[in-house]
This record gives sequence, structure tokens and C-alpha cells, in this order.
Amino acid sequence: MFKRPHYIALGTCALLLLALLNLPAPTSARLKLAVGGVFLPLFGLSSTAHSFVDEASYQLLPRQTLIREVRRLEAENDQLRLQSAQGTDAIAENNRIRSQLGLLPRGTWKPRPARIVGRDPSTWWRTLLIDHGTRDGARLNQPVITAEGLVGRIAVVGHSHSQVALIGDTACGVAVLVVETRDQGIVKGPQSTVESGIVELSTFQHSPQILAGHTVVTSGDGGIFPKGLPVGRIIDTRAANAGLFTTARIRLGANLNRLEEVWVLEQ
Amino acid sequence: MTWLSPILLLLVTWLAIFLQTGLMPLRELLGAPPNLVPALIVYAAFTHGLAMVTALTLTAGLWIDALSGSRLGTGVAPLFGLGFLLHTRQHLLLREQRYAQFWLGFAGGVGVPLAHAGILELGAAEPALGWFTVRQMLSLGLLNGLACPAVFLLFDRLRGVFEYQPSGPGPYTSNREMKRGRH
Repeated sequence: MFKRPHYIALGTCALLLLALLNLPAPTSARLKLAVGGVFLPLFGLSSTAHSFVDEASYQLLPRQTLIREVRRLEAENDQLRLQSAQGTDAIAENNRIRSQLGLLPRGTWKPRPARIVGRDPSTWWRTLLIDHGTRDGARLNQPVITAEGLVGRIAVVGHSHSQVALIGDTACGVAVLVVETRDQGIVKGPQSTVESGIVELSTFQHSPQILAGHTVVTSGDGGIFPKGLPVGRIIDTRAANAGLFTTARIRLGANLNRLEEVWVLEQ
Repeated sequence: MTWLSPILLLLVTWLAIFLQTGLMPLRELLGAPPNLVPALIVYAAFTHGLAMVTALTLTAGLWIDALSGSRLGTGVAPLFGLGFLLHTRQHLLLREQRYAQFWLGFAGGVGVPLAHAGILELGAAEPALGWFTVRQMLSLGLLNGLACPAVFLLFDRLRGVFEYQPSGPGPYTSNREMKRGRH
């Protein structure tokens, strides 16, 4: 049978678990950030090494390649400026019409860059750690995107780092809209490991008109994600719950495996 | 120098958890984060005292929870369970043979994440489970199974280098003893 030290060890573990699992959620989150702070030196070291390798690789690039790249970026910048001017005009027109109809103008979102410093060490969640905390203006539930599409939302905010729940994680349900058919639904839960970039959409009603290749964007419902952020494309669909709903698999626009930098949207 | 081995074990666990948050190619290959902590707990359970096993499992569980989406504390119980079980039953288990170390690592690699998922389900959380979980568990089992003998080898070598070794038999032998008086 067990001896006295065994009972002491069991008792210590049980007491600690009881105390931790009964903590209020905000205290638990704060404690979590404090415990995770042990890894900050390693994350800092990793970021510095990454920047150093980037800088070294830039030094090795031939001058001609750099000049070619600058010219390409200048041309792209001109195009984007033109598109931005057109977009600004369209937004002004949209706001004018909304005010005439008595609707509130849409809020503007400012993107802030953030770097990925780590991923979830547990098998059961899909989260990322970014080097963007309250000191940089991060707040709970801010959307995180890339140019290709939605990535997730900020789930835990720390002083210098934040945890992002990725789209497909159970902590990050997203209300979406199929652009071609205007059908609405919710994206939640991975169809396979989220690293494969496939998530599942459940519509609110049977929608046989949704087809493979259709575009999915955020619907703006729920108040976390602004309307119109690209999410991905439909791969296939099937009827669920005896034909009451439609379930579709979506290939995400953002490649969650290859993320290095993301944009956090601030209002 | 008996303090060196526990410190080294804690340091390696800290680094292993940090690496778990990165190493994308290995993560893609396994379909899961490369979690080597069960292999380290198996080693600690066979070579260290209960106090060290408890400290290591509590620390590692809290560190993993702090960086993941889990509620703080849910990851502690599976690791402690593994360490406690192996430590209290070590007289019944093979530990020197490489194949025994492989199967202990394999069992830890599969059992710890599954127990963690069970605890999360009990707490009304919704961990990402599906058919892909089978592949993840097999990969983690294999990874820990292969890592476990390597951990034993590495730490035993390090202990051999840094810790005092028991002195061998001296020049004295009983058949060379000179006996005085009548026999």
C-alpha cells in the first residue's frame, strides 16, 4: 500500500487542482499569463534570432534583385493607391446613403502588425501566441487577419503577448455568409486537424444552391468580426439533420500553417 | 552533485515545452504538437524521488496549460497520474531494456493527451476530437516511444559525467589476507 509521502504527494496535487479549477475565470486568465511569462525570454530570443536571420538574408541578396523588387513594389503601391482612392470614394458614398436611410455609419478598422511567436503546445486547441499585448493596444476579441483571409480572434490578452483562438477552434465560432447565395451560417469546429486548413460551415436552413467554389465571408453578426472579411471557399456540401440544414466544408483562405505575421484589427 | 539532475530535467522540460510551440515541419508530420513531456516524466518516475516527480509534473502541466487554450490546471492531473503510477509501481516494471522504455514512452504519449481530453470533456470544454485524433495519438505514441530510450541514454550519460561514481573494488582481496596465530 501507499506510504506517507505518497499521500502527501496525492494531497498536494489534489489541493492545487481544486484551488486552480475553482478560480474565477479572470483570475485564472491572469495567473495563466503570469505562469506563461516564464517562456518570455525564450520567445524574445526566438524573435531576435528570426530578425537576425532575416537581416542576414537581406545582406546576401544581390543588389540587382533588390532593385527589381523595389520597382515591382513601387508599381504595386501605385495600383493599390488608385484602388484605395476609389475605395475611399465608395466608403464616403456608402456612409452618405446610410445616413440618408437613418443607419449608423460603419466603423473603420485600423490594422496593426503582429508577429507569431508560438503555437498551442496542447493537442486539443488551435491557438497562436502573438507579440501584441495591451501595451500595443490589444484588447479581447479583436479580429486577427492576413491579406488572404480571417485567422481568428484575440482570446487572452497579456501585457506584451496575446493568445489568438484560430478559426476552427471551438473558442472561435464565426458567423459567415456565402457571397453568391447570401446564405448565412456558422463556422465552428475543425473537420480535420486545423493545420489542413479545412473547417466546417453549418447553415441555418437547407441551402442546396451552395456549390463548391463559392466564396465565404464574415457576415458581421455577433459583433466581433466586421462584415466582409474573406474566410475561404466551399469545397463540398451535404445535407445534415434529415435535410433540415446544409453542412459544407470550407478551405480557409489564410494558410494557418505558414503564418508568420498577422494583422490585428483595432476599431 | 545530486541537485544537478533535477535542475537539468526541469530545464529540458522547459525547453521541450517551448519547442512544442514551434517546430512546424514536425507538427505537420505528426498532425499534433511534438509533446515530449510524457517521455521525460517516465524517466523522472524511474530515476528520481516522489518529491521531484510531483514537482516536475505540476510544473510541466501548469506550463503547458499557460501556453495553450486549456483552463489552468487541467493538464496537471494526467501528467501527475503517469508519474505517480510509474513511481509507485517501478518495482514491477522493466526499465533497463530499450523495448520496455519504448512501450512505456508509447503508453505515456497516448495516455496523457487522451486523459487530458477526457478531463476537458468533463469540464464541458469542447476539445478538437475526431477521426484525426487516432492518427495524432499514434504519432504522439511513436514519438514518445522513440524519445524515451533516448532520454534514458542521454540523462544516464550526463549523470555519469557530472555525479560521483561508486568506487570499484580496491586492491584488497580476502585470500591475500595474512592471518596471525593458530588456525
